[in-house]
Amino acid sequence: MQTAISIETIRKDFPILQRKVRDNKSLVYLDNASTSQKPIQVIDAINNYYKNQNANIHRAVYALAEEATEAYEKTREKIAKFLNIQNREEIIFVRGTTEAINLVAYSWGRQNIIKDDIIVTTEYEHHSNIVPWQLLAKEKGAKLEYIGIDDNGELILDHLDSYLATGKVKLVTFSQMSNVLGTITNTDEIIKRCKKAGVKTLIDGAQSVPHMKVDLSKLGCDFFAFSAHKMLGPTGVGVLWVRKEVLETMQPFHGGGDMIREVHKYETTWNDLPYKFEAGTPNIADVIGFSAAIDYLNKIGMDNIRNHEIELTKYALDKMSKVKGITIYGTNDITKRGGVISFNFHDVHPHDVATIIDKDGVAIRSGHHCAQVLMERLDVAATNRASFYVYNTKQEVDALIGSLNKVAELFKL
Amino acid sequence: MTGDPIYTEMIIEYSKHPSNFGEIENPDISRHDSNPLCGDSIDLQIKINDNKVSDVKFKGKGCSICMACTSVLTEMIKGKDLNDIKKIEKDDVLGELGLQHLIRTSPVRIKCALLSLKALKYGIYSYFVEKMNDEKSAGNLKEEATNLY
Ligand SMILES: Cc1ncc(COP(=O)(O)O)c(C=O)c1O
Repeated sequence: MQTAISIETIRKDFPILQRKVRDNKSLVYLDNASTSQKPIQVIDAINNYYKNQNANIHRAVYALAEEATEAYEKTREKIAKFLNIQNREEIIFVRGTTEAINLVAYSWGRQNIIKDDIIVTTEYEHHSNIVPWQLLAKEKGAKLEYIGIDDNGELILDHLDSYLATGKVKLVTFSQMSNVLGTITNTDEIIKRCKKAGVKTLIDGAQSVPHMKVDLSKLGCDFFAFSAHKMLGPTGVGVLWVRKEVLETMQPFHGGGDMIREVHKYETTWNDLPYKFEAGTPNIADVIGFSAAIDYLNKIGMDNIRNHEIELTKYALDKMSKVKGITIYGTNDITKRGGVISFNFHDVHPHDVATIIDKDGVAIRSGHHCAQVLMERLDVAATNRASFYVYNTKQEVDALIGSLNKVAELFKL
Repeated sequence: MTGDPIYTEMIIEYSKHPSNFGEIENPDISRHDSNPLCGDSIDLQIKINDNKVSDVKFKGKGCSICMACTSVLTEMIKGKDLNDIKKIEKDDVLGELGLQHLIRTSPVRIKCALLSLKALKYGIYSYFVEKMNDEKSAGNLKEEATNLY
């Protein structure tokens, strides 16, 4: 890696990477698109909160509560800086990408989508960016349409144009990086076309934010969602960012404590942004843990992370393409691809592949990756997927290749 | 590979050349089942004559464990009386392929191995109850199928 911090040093920060699995094999963790491992700094931050600061936030006046509130709110500041967001009140803490998208569908969607409107998504979305829109479309009599993908796994933007031309599109929602193909979406182009048509855009940043620099003041979308657990942070925390002009028009999602200003028997007034959208006691400990994750990523530098993954992915694509009987999905153009590689072996079922290589301690994902619409498009029931992060090494890629060769041998490919 | 072997010669062979693969015309039992998690999906079809399995076929997509276990199960029941088939248990199928250890070692993959037995038990249950109006012969098959894994 071209950073001041060596990969060996980074690996030492991740206790889980030291453990052995199965028959005393070193763990080779290649399921980072699903969730990342956590450095000791994040684990310690959560530990420290429970040991020394635990109190509910935004309410009490005693010292502990003040400290906890400050630590929680500091995370918001940090995220603002991390993604170049001007207004901290545009940042809403949620459980994760899934909840963020559901919040938009429930709150903005139900206020704005009417019969015969069109919501546009894409063929490579995670179920969390499909199902909420199906629910909304069914409720309102609206239509859900898909931007298709070409054989390189890239979106066919002509499809977008033809939907926009109907004049009925209210929202275009898409992931900035596919969790199966690794395709990096041509986000600027989509947003440009949507803006011209006066159409709102939602970006699912679950796969992009952990792996590359994202600048929200440049992007120009209206909604942006991501999860902490895929970027070295804890589970149960995510962020929904909404452009202020839009957020100010939105009705609350959940009703309850913290989101109110005054509650009377039959009327309630709402708290300021972003608290209007953060009902109930939030996941304080994990938000504070998330703060440590952002510090960690900043210390390494997002550009360094992206460069490291480019190098690993190039290396892996080259070696994997030489394994007998393998089919690799998605583009070979590394500038358009993140560190995610989906593949299949002829008709060998991905679960067989994953089980065989698990014996060597190599952890990859097999299945539909919550992207069954994409599986249908690729005409497969499932794929295998290896996905990289900052702590993965070329030696680990070699271990993967060694195990894959065993599969090829076993099944006489 | 060390430990309890899964991918034996026999399993790989069955996965490449499954037994009784195909379809039957006008089957007396036809049962579809799938594992949502891993996407194994089979259609089991059986022809009954005189309370005996005169023919059995299956088709579907699945991992090698699923293909091998389904193959073995179809071989086991061909020509047999339904009242004997009712008594087939997990270990009978797993034992044929040396996969008993899956019960202990792999809560995920055991589902692949037993999908066809589950489909069979449900299938025979429906046959007795719906076709033959014979609740008594159906016995506990439904509960057995539900609780198989
Ligand atoms: C592209 C994409 N969107 C959304 C999600 C859902 O994220 P979460 O499960 O954290 O809500 C994921 C993660 O699996 C993802 O990869």
